[in-house]
Amino acid sequence: MNKSVVIIEATSFNKLIDFDEIWNYRSLLFQFAKRDVSLRYKQAAMGIAWAILQPLLPAIIFAIVFGKFMKVPSDGQPYLLFVFTGMVMWNFFSQVLLRAGNSLTANANLITKVYFPRIVIPLASTGAVLFDLLVSFVLLVALMFFYNIYPTWRLLFLPLVILLAFISAAGLSFWFSALNVKYRDFMYALPFIVQVWLYATPVVYSSTLVPQQWHILFSLNPAVGLVESARWAILGESGLTAMAFTASITMGILFFVSGLWYFQRMERSFADVI
Amino acid sequence: MNKPVIDVQQISKRYEISRQQNASSYRTLQETLLSLPRNLFKKKESTSEFWALQEINFSVSQGERIGIIGRNGAGKSTLLKILSRITAPTRGRIELRGRVASLLEVGTGFHPELTGRENIFMNGSLMGMNKREILSKFDEIVDFAEVEKFIDTPVKRYSSGMYVRLAFAVAAHLEPEILLVDEVLAVGDAQFQKKCLGKMGDVAQHSGRTILFVSHSMAAIENLCNRCVLLAKGRLVIEGETSVVLRQYTQTAQAAQPIGDRNDRKGDGRVRINSFSMKSVEGEIVSTAQSGKEITFQFEINNVTNSALTGVLVAFGLNNLNGVRIAHFNSDLCGMSIDAIPPGACRIKLSLPAIPLIAGRYTLTTFISIKGVVADWVQDAVAIDIDEGDFFGTGRTYSATDGQFYIPHAIEIADSENHDWI
Repeated sequence: MNKSVVIIEATSFNKLIDFDEIWNYRSLLFQFAKRDVSLRYKQAAMGIAWAILQPLLPAIIFAIVFGKFMKVPSDGQPYLLFVFTGMVMWNFFSQVLLRAGNSLTANANLITKVYFPRIVIPLASTGAVLFDLLVSFVLLVALMFFYNIYPTWRLLFLPLVILLAFISAAGLSFWFSALNVKYRDFMYALPFIVQVWLYATPVVYSSTLVPQQWHILFSLNPAVGLVESARWAILGESGLTAMAFTASITMGILFFVSGLWYFQRMERSFADVI
Repeated sequence: MNKPVIDVQQISKRYEISRQQNASSYRTLQETLLSLPRNLFKKKESTSEFWALQEINFSVSQGERIGIIGRNGAGKSTLLKILSRITAPTRGRIELRGRVASLLEVGTGFHPELTGRENIFMNGSLMGMNKREILSKFDEIVDFAEVEKFIDTPVKRYSSGMYVRLAFAVAAHLEPEILLVDEVLAVGDAQFQKKCLGKMGDVAQHSGRTILFVSHSMAAIENLCNRCVLLAKGRLVIEGETSVVLRQYTQTAQAAQPIGDRNDRKGDGRVRINSFSMKSVEGEIVSTAQSGKEITFQFEINNVTNSALTGVLVAFGLNNLNGVRIAHFNSDLCGMSIDAIPPGACRIKLSLPAIPLIAGRYTLTTFISIKGVVADWVQDAVAIDIDEGDFFGTGRTYSATDGQFYIPHAIEIADSENHDWI
């Protein structure tokens, strides 16, 4: 008999993440992500160019205000390149929060009507934003050529950086999407949280501006590790100590694991609450 | 040994209705934070419980087509949601053997901006199919839905019929071992409904798949299901052969609600039926009628306008317990034109000289229109019980297996062709 037996019981908290189940629904994961990407650019005349413009336009504004007028130091890099690298990572991080945060409530009609592993939704949202990140890397490469800056061997770590970005952003997306189902306040609070978060992250300034004794505390923000590790891999310089860097990565992983735990705990009541 | 494909054991589902949440169904963060200190001292928040399902037990074997019926709020949808793993039961256990797919509402998961092709892939993967499976079924799905020409058009430009057909086609070709279906057939034209029912019947009979079907449509259930489960107020009332369960369902569905209290009526209400009684030929009010006897159905009506209403049509539909219309009575048909309904209260009488129905329970649908405008229309307005009676005057009758009606008849033997009948 090749028939699978599904047991439905009142409580079934057994594993943090059911990889088999997600693997079975991998095609749905892909379809969701594809839908997200294609819907975003479907009726936009400029299409995919938005993926580049979204981090580029604020980067240019920051470069003028902070780089030209206020002369904020940028670790010896051209300020535009410095801020754009930060902006690409930050844009990924913040877009995941905003999109994945609302992803469950946006798909309420599916959640109340069809079964599938719920975690597929925030995961797919994160994946769709990851696509934007990859597109903006293309422009980053072009900018590097423009400034005659060539990557070092450290660029080999870029995939690892992206994986790290995915893990910490996904972890937060689990938290926010599940919280948003129960407390709709997050829908309104999120844009504000994201705005404040931007200034807590070394996007427009360098981490070297942060007093040394505050570095560890500062690095508890997982976005710090993302921005700085991207700068380290691409531009070859980072204003962060190894210690602070470790703290940031650990926080990212902590968010991921706790996010999975919270999501799994809430998942079965989504359909009743949403 | 063959284990049941669906085994439902002691399933209960409780919903909590919090007192604080009367306005919206979700709490705000502020409310939770504010109530935190209060909750520290008070052990339990004042919530009222609501049991949507209580101790439901049944099992379904492979290849069976089982129907779930019950009135609104009986727990049908909750049961289906638990079976399809959308929501978790509060107690109990279910074992499902085989791949489950649920077809809960037509077009779920369809995105208006995506094309038919994209939606097929989206919908297929929502139901757990992988890309290869969808590709191998793709042409068949498009063919079944009859949308070849529009397959690359966004579905927001589809007609509602095309939309429904496409949605059903995906699910019908899914080939799950267990298919859960809810009210899908409420939409779509009659011809397509037939096609869907046929397809589902095929699926169950030829490939040994199991279908669990939730519907209000007794005709659809009767067509498709060999067995039925009747739910009422979250409990399982009866489980068994479809015809038996349907009969009981109609009886409980009547629930002895007086016609004057019914709210599920249509019409502008200028005239309204307020009460009903049955009168025997002797003029006594009776609770049952008898086959072969004369009977009068009497309706007290009220004309709420201040003037006499002309151009009146009064009609009645007679339905059997399976919801099938078996006869029709109408003031035009019998040539009794009603001149006018005077303002205030009056009475309508429907008389049958000799009831030609076999014993059983029937319902009457009432209809009154004035100059072509519906004034009062109530489906299954009253229940009528017919007892066995001596229709033929011979003391002999027959039961439902031999026929539904008694028709006066004569049977004679003629000598030979050349002799005229006298």
